Amino acid sequence: MGSWIWWTILGMAVVTYIPRAIPLTFLEGRELPPSLQNILRNIPFAVLGALIFPAIFFIQDNIWFGVIGAAAAFGIALLGANVMVVVLGSIAVLAVYSLFI
Amino acid sequence: MEHRGFSAGLKAGVSIAIGYFPVALTFGLLAKTTGLSLLEATAMSIFVFVGAAQYISLSLITAGVAPAVIILNTFIVNIRHFLMTASLNEKMQPDARWKKALYAFGITDESFSVLAIQKEDNLRTSFAAGVIAVSYGSWIVFTALGHLIGANLPEFLQAAMSIALYAMFVGLLVPSMRGNRKVVSLAAIAAALNSLFFFTGWLSTGWAILVSTLASAVIIELIASKGGRS
Repeated sequence: MGSWIWWTILGMAVVTYIPRAIPLTFLEGRELPPSLQNILRNIPFAVLGALIFPAIFFIQDNIWFGVIGAAAAFGIALLGANVMVVVLGSIAVLAVYSLFI
Repeated sequence: MEHRGFSAGLKAGVSIAIGYFPVALTFGLLAKTTGLSLLEATAMSIFVFVGAAQYISLSLITAGVAPAVIILNTFIVNIRHFLMTASLNEKMQPDARWKKALYAFGITDESFSVLAIQKEDNLRTSFAAGVIAVSYGSWIVFTALGHLIGANLPEFLQAAMSIALYAMFVGLLVPSMRGNRKVVSLAAIAAALNSLFFFTGWLSTGWAILVSTLASAVIIELIASKGGRS
């Protein structure tokens, strides 16, 4: 790779940093209207829904990995397990599954 | 629970590190096959630190796309972080701007989710620093390792571990969903909209997550304020 790869990395670094930094620094100390605050408080739950679906089903070419993995993750989480147990448990379920195919 | 600091943040971030392990390892490997040196691949993880966009850049580099287009594409994929950091700003303790500018660098889909889902308000900067330190560290180390060993995990383990980040998102979301119809609706509407955009191809991934998240958050707020309930 030539020097252009470094310019690409630099450019990627800048445009990745901007959306992270501007809201956190510019909004510091500013009181937003209540309705806007409510919307921003809704964001985490909405974003989790969008991050999980539909991508969770397409983690592998074989769709069953996603389907079984999603069922395992939701199942374990609904039992009240903490995040770490959900992560390791889902991996374990899929590891066992992949031994059978 | 209150005023948890750096070490509690490290602990909360460990599930991110586990999730990053296969993703960063594979990134290192792919970067090598794309033709990036160990230094270039690791530098990208150090300076950019963003999962999806780094992957996409590799396929664009392979396709011989111009750097300006790669950079523009990176920006579009990351536009959703505007929404996340604006939301996170409501959650974090007020602090000096330079400190917030510093930890802003470490906000990813994953670190945002872990921070935003914490029960307490006014999260300490040191707690965020802990979450970010463990995720950033694992991202860099496993990128380099993937490039160095130049081989994947055993296939069955790789396939199994590809669930890790999504399982983490599920593990963060589900406890908040219990007995809370508002949270369930927020996640369900955003999931449905994002799936719609995915299957119709109306929006690319970066925009789809942004639009479906924002639409869901606004719709639920409109319903909640009309109904007189918060």
